[in-house]
Amino acid sequence: MIRYLLSRLAQSVLILVGVLILVFFMLRLTGDPTNLMVPRDATAEQRERARVALGFDRPLPVQFAEFLLNALAGDFGRSLRYGRPATSLILERLPATVELATAALLMSVLMGVPLGLLAGSRPGTGWDLFGRGVGLLGQTIPSFWLALMLIVVFAVNLRVLPSFGRETWEICCGIRLPAGNIILPAFALSIFTMGQLVRFTRAAVLEVRNEDYIRTARSKGLSAHTIYTRHVLRNVAIPVISILGVQFGYLLSGSIYIETIFSWPGLGNLLAEAVGNRDYALVQALAFFASLVVVLLNLVTDIAYAFADPRIRYG
Amino acid sequence: MSQATAADLLPVPARARTGGWARRLRRDRAGLVGLALFVLLVLTALFAPWIAPHDPLAQNLRASKLPPAWQDGGSWDHPLGTDNLGRDIFSRVVYGSRVSLTVGFFGVLLAGSLGLMIGLLAGYVGGRTDNIIMGVVNLILALPYLVFVVFVASILGRSLLNVILIFGLTDIPIFVRIARGETMRLRRTLFVEAAQGTGAGGLRILLRHVLPNLVGPFVTIATFEMSAMIFYEAGLGFLGLSVPPSIPSWGNMLDAGRRFLTIYPWMSVYPGLAIALTGLAMNLMGDWLRDVLDPKSRER
Repeated sequence: MIRYLLSRLAQSVLILVGVLILVFFMLRLTGDPTNLMVPRDATAEQRERARVALGFDRPLPVQFAEFLLNALAGDFGRSLRYGRPATSLILERLPATVELATAALLMSVLMGVPLGLLAGSRPGTGWDLFGRGVGLLGQTIPSFWLALMLIVVFAVNLRVLPSFGRETWEICCGIRLPAGNIILPAFALSIFTMGQLVRFTRAAVLEVRNEDYIRTARSKGLSAHTIYTRHVLRNVAIPVISILGVQFGYLLSGSIYIETIFSWPGLGNLLAEAVGNRDYALVQALAFFASLVVVLLNLVTDIAYAFADPRIRYG
Repeated sequence: MSQATAADLLPVPARARTGGWARRLRRDRAGLVGLALFVLLVLTALFAPWIAPHDPLAQNLRASKLPPAWQDGGSWDHPLGTDNLGRDIFSRVVYGSRVSLTVGFFGVLLAGSLGLMIGLLAGYVGGRTDNIIMGVVNLILALPYLVFVVFVASILGRSLLNVILIFGLTDIPIFVRIARGETMRLRRTLFVEAAQGTGAGGLRILLRHVLPNLVGPFVTIATFEMSAMIFYEAGLGFLGLSVPPSIPSWGNMLDAGRRFLTIYPWMSVYPGLAIALTGLAMNLMGDWLRDVLDPKSRER
């Protein structure tokens, strides 16, 4: 187990080093990154001054070494737009994104898993058809379009839900919960994952139903209820939980659209803004932090899975 | 050496793998719908100039912001209404299919062919080559895809070629993984060993014995990947990072429509519907292709 943990950890570190290298060279894909950051109508002289000020005039290896060392210390430079360290901006916006992604994940689990269970345990019925339909639609309707339609219906026409911003309500004693602003963005963000969960849960139930131990349970006279709660659900839970980590990563990506549409003050919104402002120190930092989150999630999921299933450790 | 069954020894006749696809299609209603929608989409893209009632770029400020025909103030001259500049939305949706299909087709072609070659190499040569290739593949697959695509797109700038390159190159790992896995599996089968025994060279084995077995999984994955690329292209367009705004594409239309969302919602409705229908068609078709071509991975 310790061997597995260490090798998985080493792998994650390698990936993150790879990410740093990628992020550094991607900025230099078109040659001189200065041109990306100065206004298009800047004179040659202004460009030269910016090049020196940003340190792009030095030899590439020197720039690279400096970038790596600073990055390892958590320093990705200053945001040109905000004039503040990119890292602190990101840490400031992180909670909003985590809140939105968590709400979306909760929604997709609460809707997707029960529907998948229903569909899988009643194959060929109306529930099955409904579940498969929802699974398919969840994966084919673009979240950014659904978000726009939700705004038109619920905020413009029915006027029942707010369409932008992030607020919290104080329930009592300093405990704050997200206000209604989160409902539309979280739902729009959740549909892809919900579709995945319906499909995945349904497939898992169908597979477990055919296992020998279910036949045994049936033949020894257990009620359908007991079979489902004791045998089917438990065995379906492991693979379903294992994909949640990956799905959380997708939600972070999807937040680029959703946060922009709903003016949700999170990382996705920050990235769209940074790209629009050609604020590349911030873009680099965001790409690294997003990768860090995804790599950590994958690591945690894999470790949890290895604890649950010994075949993985020795596989 | 793993145990081999008689089935491994026999060359798989192409007929047996694809046999009865028409019969299966008739039974698979969803697959039929998907295929029909996809054919319709391709025809729309090919014959766009004949289908579209107006020039998709022609502006007419006197006929701007018209609602769809069935709403008050709409007319059948502009079935889906017009946008803020008076351009015909139906014509733009029709022409938009060209961008989506071009990006999807050439993106998959690029990713599939490069992925095939790299995957065959990794799977057949093995050893250090394989380790290096798979290291890079796993690195790319571990990244938050959209974040990096947005990053690169913003650096390269808006052009159709750039979009194709971005999706074509970033999607290579998916195809490498399939080609490599299948090559490694086949390399250990008896019929490949037998071919080696008769003195067949590496290239001959790859072309003659490995490649035909890759067709099924590749076609299936290509369908799903094409659908994903069309989806991501629209998403990039929505963020203002795909093809230049002068080209009518579904993503660009959504990006423009968003600014008028509360007053002229029809500007956003139809391009999005087109994206959703395309995704639906390709997913249904992909499921059917997987059933027919790649029965091992069939979803129950």
